[in-house]
Amino acid sequence: MADFDFPGGIMPPERKALSNRAPLIEAPLPARVVLPLTQHVGQPAEPVVTVGQTVRTGEIVACAQGMISAPVHASITGSVTAIEERAVPHPSAAVGESKALCIVIEGNGQDDDWLRMPPLDWRSTGDEFLIERLQSSGVVGLGGAGFPTAVKAQVRRRHTIDTLIVNAAECEPYITADDLTLRTHPGDVLEGARMLARLCGAERILIGIEDNKPEAIAALRRTLSGTVGDIPVELKIVATRYPSGGERQLVQKLTGREVPSRGLPADVGVLCHNPGTLLASLRAVRDGEPMISRIVTLTGEALARPGNLQTRLGTPLHELLSVAGLRPERLSQLILGGPMMGFTLDSDALPLVKTANCLIAGTADEFPPAPAEQPCIRCGACETVCPASLLPQQLYWFSKSREHDKAELFNLFDCIECGACAYVCPSHIPLVQYYRAAKGEIRLREREARKAEHARHRFEFRQARMAREEAEKEARRQARLAQAKASRSAPEQRKTAVPSVPSDTPQRDSQDSAAELKKLKIAQAAAKAAVRKAEKALARASEGGQHPSADLDDLETQLATARENLQATEARLAALQSQTTPAATQPVPTTKTESAAPASQPSSTGATTGDAAKQVRQRKIAVASAQAAYRKAEKALESAMAQNDDAALAAAQQKLERTQGNLERARKALEEAEATASEHKDTSTP
Amino acid sequence: MSLMHASSPHTRAATSTARVMGWVLLATLPGILSATFYFGWGVLFNMLFAAAMGIVLEAGVLRLRQRPLGMTLRDNSALVTGVLLGVSLPAFVPWWLILVGMVAAIVVAKHLFGGLGQNPFNPAMVGYALLLIAFPVDMTQWAAPHGLFGPDAIAPGDALRHFLGLTDPADAMTGATPLDAFKHKGETLLASEFWASDPLPPGTLEAWRNVALAWLAGGVVLLAKRIITWHIPVSLLGTLALVATAMYAIDPSHFATPLFHLLGGAAIFGAFFIATDPVSAATSRRGKLWYGAGIGLLIMVIRPTGAYPDAVAFAVLLMNFAVPFIDYYTQPRTYGHARANRGIQVRQLDDDEELP
Repeated sequence: MADFDFPGGIMPPERKALSNRAPLIEAPLPARVVLPLTQHVGQPAEPVVTVGQTVRTGEIVACAQGMISAPVHASITGSVTAIEERAVPHPSAAVGESKALCIVIEGNGQDDDWLRMPPLDWRSTGDEFLIERLQSSGVVGLGGAGFPTAVKAQVRRRHTIDTLIVNAAECEPYITADDLTLRTHPGDVLEGARMLARLCGAERILIGIEDNKPEAIAALRRTLSGTVGDIPVELKIVATRYPSGGERQLVQKLTGREVPSRGLPADVGVLCHNPGTLLASLRAVRDGEPMISRIVTLTGEALARPGNLQTRLGTPLHELLSVAGLRPERLSQLILGGPMMGFTLDSDALPLVKTANCLIAGTADEFPPAPAEQPCIRCGACETVCPASLLPQQLYWFSKSREHDKAELFNLFDCIECGACAYVCPSHIPLVQYYRAAKGEIRLREREARKAEHARHRFEFRQARMAREEAEKEARRQARLAQAKASRSAPEQRKTAVPSVPSDTPQRDSQDSAAELKKLKIAQAAAKAAVRKAEKALARASEGGQHPSADLDDLETQLATARENLQATEARLAALQSQTTPAATQPVPTTKTESAAPASQPSSTGATTGDAAKQVRQRKIAVASAQAAYRKAEKALESAMAQNDDAALAAAQQKLERTQGNLERARKALEEAEATASEHKDTSTP
Repeated sequence: MSLMHASSPHTRAATSTARVMGWVLLATLPGILSATFYFGWGVLFNMLFAAAMGIVLEAGVLRLRQRPLGMTLRDNSALVTGVLLGVSLPAFVPWWLILVGMVAAIVVAKHLFGGLGQNPFNPAMVGYALLLIAFPVDMTQWAAPHGLFGPDAIAPGDALRHFLGLTDPADAMTGATPLDAFKHKGETLLASEFWASDPLPPGTLEAWRNVALAWLAGGVVLLAKRIITWHIPVSLLGTLALVATAMYAIDPSHFATPLFHLLGGAAIFGAFFIATDPVSAATSRRGKLWYGAGIGLLIMVIRPTGAYPDAVAFAVLLMNFAVPFIDYYTQPRTYGHARANRGIQVRQLDDDEELP
């Protein structure tokens, strides 16, 4: 029942002939580059150079931070002149740019002194070295998302991959960067695909390419017939229809598998890579060249010489535009990316970033302003073209009226924002804009709801902690009282160290306290259950690995609250028991939970020898359980590291620190208890 | 440098609401011309006056609502409503009746609900249903098929006088519709006996059939231009034919043939031009199938058992009521989901509930 096609789609004018007839050329070496530290998905890179420092081409200038990140390398030879906030292209900003920390390097436009890493033969190099190389060379997905390739290459730790797809569909009009990449370097792209296929454990490579790129197809065919690899490679030519290059659409088209909603292609055993990424990966390994340049399409009617340029990262866009012969008087719109999903730029003074595949300098005739929006007549043209089988007209209706719950019910978050619906809308409604706004509002609301929830949980934790402290204080008071009474009524007990028998107890309010005892025992059981539930929820969340770390923190708080409640109940129970059995001087029983046990042990200075011995024993147990908890936390940390999961890692680290603290406290308490015990021994056996 | 800003996508297909409506108007031409050809000049007068009233009323209401006139008037939607209501009326109705119908359609059914795109009911059919209930005599006086220029044909001047309400049509000029005549044939009369008695003015059946085929031609144009999808016409006519066949198979002496039901009334016109009004129809493709089937079924329930001989207007309006319900239960299965969502699921916000 596998369906090898996606529904809908459109066929806008391709306009690729503008830029795909000129051969790929090398852009002139820029005299100054601006390198943003956020050219990838994940944590920004951290600068490792200082202003004034001389750097060579390929030298690392900012290193990766955290699990998902990529380093940045100097793309020219020169000296660092500034590390400061600069405007960079950014899709989410209203004007297509935002501020980000950048490293500015100035050279003289001629010197190009390379610092390469040692070349590796990927066939004879181990996986971990290859991944290490990909990580240190800053390769990220060049198709647009900018996901660090090294992280993607480790996918087999959590998923079984059988198919590597080379996404060469390049379905958006105007863009020809992948086309030219394949025409110029077909062998290298294939070799890169074979290398990444080995890393992810894929059994086959599928190259998905639209039939509007005959030269690239011919180049691939020639290369394929000339090489033999251990992994079968299949060239799959698909009909030109936007958005066949959408990751999910191409996966369905080539394999008949559907990527689950909010899931990844890896969930169905598929990994997608852009040809440019494969080329960069191979160069990083084979030539030791870090990612300092990319192929970018310069096109649009406002350019005299449109084409594709191999360009150093960080080159100002206006330099590229002048290479391509910009006629400024004709320029009306500057689009980074394609005309369907790209975003307009406010200025041409921005730097070229790793994810920029196309720059369109459009004229007013080419991209006329959008006609005025008219009412939706629900004609259904959008539904016909939607590649995700959504009901765009309903989503528009709900987004406009801010009925966000209904928009979510109609799967707003499965919209890939391809823009096919807005393209065909006869009422000229900017549908995608409505969807983006609605998604943004929903995300904001969720974030705020989570924040409020977290605040509530923190408050509850504080209340519980105070209640626990109060209960323990009360318990200690009761214990002292009982002790005093016991020592008054039976002074010889101190020497014989015989625990009192219940029959000694004065029979006061026995019924009341029995009822109270029962109630507290029930409360204790409930509190224990709450702790177990919280523990389970936390364990599940940290296994899932999809929760933001803030959620895990919140679950930790909830767990701590439950534990505080349990301790408070146990303290009260102990107090009551000590009332009914005055000689039992152990006010707070140790709990099974690691945090509860040692910290709450009050040091009972006036204990008998027997009590002291008992205390020593108990504290030994506490130390042992704390040790066990610590070991468990260590193991969790290891597995989190192995799974390469940020959220779980943070949680595990926290847990480890906490258990370590507990262990130390437990040890200290044990030492104390041992000291008292030996003191008692000294005094009691003269 | 001043560069233009826009949200993606930056290109769009050359299409517009006005163009969509324009194609609908164009597709009504065969139907209008053939109806005029058979039933006289009155049809044309009705249609032109209703269309003009559509524009005038739309402009008036837009002024009252303080909305810009130009763009809305240019979308041609009031024109479509006027034409569709105009051609649904008998040839002899006076102008004020058309005006009442158009006020109900444009002012009440369309603008009181918020204008284009907001109306839950088909405006033309709201106008038609109101007229049918309020002025049953005028609305059931159909013209006999005397043509435009024949010996019995009504001269344009006479037609104008009827239109202005100066004279009432003579009995010789009028005739029942085939559906009406068949409905009132009486219980005792068998269908075969009824047809043998020449119950209608000569040529009536052929005229209705040819007009229906002309509407079909217009509908094919709409399909070919992708103004409408096949779902509603096919499911509507399919259901209608199926139910009619079943009835005819059970009792051929009292129920009409399926072909009579398809071609003897407004079924084809309704299936391609009325039920396909996108604003008031069901949204998803699957929903449209149910919507069309519902209309077809209701037509076949009302025609033999209801008080009115033809039932397209009532069936469409009744199914308009059901559209929100249909929309919630016929969502397509979205990519990446195991199954389609159905109905409305309210998310429980319970404190005791564990967060997923």
